[in-house]
Amino acid sequence: MLDDLDRRIIAATQTGLPLTPRPYHALAETLGVPAQEVMDRLRGMQARGVVRRIGAVPNHYALGWSANGMSVWDVADARVADLGPQVGALDFVSHCYRRPRHLPLWPYNLFAMVHGRGRDEVEDKVARIAALLGPASRAHEVLYSTRILKKTGLRIAA
Amino acid sequence: MSVELDGLDRRIVNGLQGGFPLSERPYAEAAEAFGIAEDELIARIDRLVETGALSRFAPLFNAERLGGAVCLCGMAVPAARFDAVAEQVNAHSEVAHNYAREHALSMWFVLASERPERIEEVAAAIEAETGLTVYRLPKLDEYYIGLKVEV
Repeated sequence: MLDDLDRRIIAATQTGLPLTPRPYHALAETLGVPAQEVMDRLRGMQARGVVRRIGAVPNHYALGWSANGMSVWDVADARVADLGPQVGALDFVSHCYRRPRHLPLWPYNLFAMVHGRGRDEVEDKVARIAALLGPASRAHEVLYSTRILKKTGLRIAA
Repeated sequence: MSVELDGLDRRIVNGLQGGFPLSERPYAEAAEAFGIAEDELIARIDRLVETGALSRFAPLFNAERLGGAVCLCGMAVPAARFDAVAEQVNAHSEVAHNYAREHALSMWFVLASERPERIEEVAAAIEAETGLTVYRLPKLDEYYIGLKVEV
């Protein structure tokens, strides 16, 4: 579904959009295609969801949001499809997924990522998720990150 | 560790997470919303990236829509071997990020590849190399991925 030009555009932009007044023209020159084609391709990839968005990717840690809590919840299977989107809709939840359990070690099926300037702030937010889920959540934990061991993101070859 | 931002920086970080114009002069267009000139916006973004406040200013791609696959994995790594295992895990280019977390499952990494079959191959390779179980936790449903942070 991606042709060669799409891939070359991804490879040329994945680490950063050119910081020049006409960034798509600069890309077009590098790639040897018209600027309109570059914009059309990016618009098309955005429409298909290949590009989520174009813009600023903040670094939580550098911005002082040092507490990163992965909250995990054991939500009744019959309720998770209904409650998951409500948790995801909370303005402070940055990612929210349903994932498989690995019993008995890992009973949790709902993951909601919560960031804060400190653990107190994360705990307040987790309490709001707990209130929303009520008795449908049988147990939960918050796994705080203590170190980033690697952060490169997906890399596409040209 | 924390980067100092002024009010304009904050408005830029918050305002440019939602989208960016696909036009001839996108910085000029975006700058208007902040009441500043095109060259000032470019200089500000450049500095935000240089100081690490932004990881990057770029299109954000969705690996699954690229035909690839992503899988979150958790591993219970003995403390004495933690750094050595982190090195073994990180050596695989499919490991997109990796975090140490306070839990019996102490290492959490994301495998991402354009070739879905690589996820299982790499998870199995990590198990063979480390002798540890890799718990595969692929997403079954996505309820929200906003990726926005207000500063």
